[in-house]
Amino acid sequence: MSNTTDLTGDRGFQDIRESMYTVVFFLCAAVSVITTAGIIVALILPTITFLGEVPMSEFFLGTQFSPAIQPTVFGVLPLAFGTLLITFGAAMVAIPIGTLTALYLSEYASESRRAVLKPLLEILAGVPTVVYGYFALVYVTPLLDAIPGLELGTFNALSASLVMGIMIIPMVSSISEDSMNAVPDSVRNAAYGLGATKYDVSVGVVVPSALSGIASSFILALSRAIGETMIVVVAAGQTARFPETTSGLLNSFFVSTQTMTSAMVQLGTSDLAGGTTAYRALFAIGLTLFVMTLVLNLVSDAIAARFREDYD
Amino acid sequence: MSQDTSSTEAEREETDQLITTDPGRGGLSEQDNTSTVMTGDTIIQSRNLDVFYGETQALQSVDLDIPENQVTAMIGPSGCGKSTFLRCINRMNDLIDVARMDGELSFDGKNVYDDDVDPVTLRRRIGMVFQHPNPFPKSIYDNVAYGLRIQDRDVDMDSVVEESLKKAALWDEVKDRLNESALDLSGGQQQRLCIARAIAVDPDVLLMDEPASALDPIATSKIEDLIEELVEDYTVVIVTHNMQQAARISDKTAVFLTGGELVEFDDTGTIFENPESQRVEDYITGKFG
Repeated sequence: MSNTTDLTGDRGFQDIRESMYTVVFFLCAAVSVITTAGIIVALILPTITFLGEVPMSEFFLGTQFSPAIQPTVFGVLPLAFGTLLITFGAAMVAIPIGTLTALYLSEYASESRRAVLKPLLEILAGVPTVVYGYFALVYVTPLLDAIPGLELGTFNALSASLVMGIMIIPMVSSISEDSMNAVPDSVRNAAYGLGATKYDVSVGVVVPSALSGIASSFILALSRAIGETMIVVVAAGQTARFPETTSGLLNSFFVSTQTMTSAMVQLGTSDLAGGTTAYRALFAIGLTLFVMTLVLNLVSDAIAARFREDYD
Repeated sequence: MSQDTSSTEAEREETDQLITTDPGRGGLSEQDNTSTVMTGDTIIQSRNLDVFYGETQALQSVDLDIPENQVTAMIGPSGCGKSTFLRCINRMNDLIDVARMDGELSFDGKNVYDDDVDPVTLRRRIGMVFQHPNPFPKSIYDNVAYGLRIQDRDVDMDSVVEESLKKAALWDEVKDRLNESALDLSGGQQQRLCIARAIAVDPDVLLMDEPASALDPIATSKIEDLIEELVEDYTVVIVTHNMQQAARISDKTAVFLTGGELVEFDDTGTIFENPESQRVEDYITGKFG
């Protein structure tokens, strides 16, 4: 060819178009970042004022929370205890059931059963939490109360945590199942080839190989439980308690309990005037809660990175 | 698996008399077959073995006698059914939902597809090494010990692990880091670890499905040396794409060609120097496949 091939294009127009795309996509990504930053600022500013009015030692170490009745006391410990109590109860339900559900779906269920069960689990995840709350209050509490020897208050931590556990089962099972599915079949075949039974393969090979994902699912589900609000507001009651004795600790499940989230709802919906110390306590509790879930999510990331198996 | 010795003997005699290939297909002479059976006792025997994956037929009426304590190689182009045959022996095909088989395949005189055969027990006697190294994401030690642990064997674990790693020619490279993850080993080391893992449970037979195809030439030659040593204690059945490899390491060679047909089975020397079938000669000389 004697003529040079024409490879020029409409460069100027293309350049403008490409940079417009960049700006639009960046702005979309920026929305969530800016919102997060805004929330952090909105939490920190009232918290600083609050800590000027209530000593840090009273807030972090106080075992009483009584924002409405004079003299007011703002100890976050009873609320943190309530949150941890209910999260612990939820974990006792969701971790074993969620993991075994994942194991069943990933290793045991036939294609047709899987096709039915997975959407059902997703429905469980889609039920509004307020519905779970009333389910706990109206059905689960009377059911548990019917057990001889179990004295339950109308509002109690037990039924709230059981129902919350059921609510987070799909989180545990779906993330765990994804990570079990990611275990290559070649590893299963290796075990079968050595005369392993299905149980040997599932429990002895698949679960350890998928451990990072399983552990992440636990922590993400727990951080969801810590932040969960409606179930505890509806079913667990509004009595901030901090047990002073071991028997008090055991008894905590059966009586009305206030969590950090339900305290925030109470502070925000009561007729406390804005600009009071009690109102600002709402933000201090919110920030504490935010830090707790943030730390859990960071731990989850660290676990996933530390125990991730590289199969190549 | 309990063995009825007399019936085993009877079957073996029957084997001696039977013509091992389908006479209609015109592969081997009767003479060659007799010698095939005489060189070592048959440990694995298939008769009219058909395998289907859904509608696709992967093996067609395969008759094959695999001798004890020898290396039997299976060669043939991709999709010829040689790996399928291997996976029938320890019933790994059971794990594939659409796989279906007909005919008979016996191990030590017992049809492994009989109803009373537990594939778990069978696989404890027939070990397998796969195409791609597939160590567990556990330590080197735990990989080798795995089979013994699931079988609850009452053995001196440390010494079996050491012995197996020595047999797999890996001990010197890993003896100082037995507690490190097996996934940190090189591909060739991982494959030798998989061999150590398979022989730790002391099987009768080792099935190897292209065990060196994912490895570099140096690692490949280590695996080949190893196979030649292993055959003193084990029966080795190896699937390979590499004809030179089959020629180097095997005593017997089975040639599968397209459609899941076993075309010829004989001493490796005969297959490579003077095959009966023109198709086998064409395949071996590279005119086809």
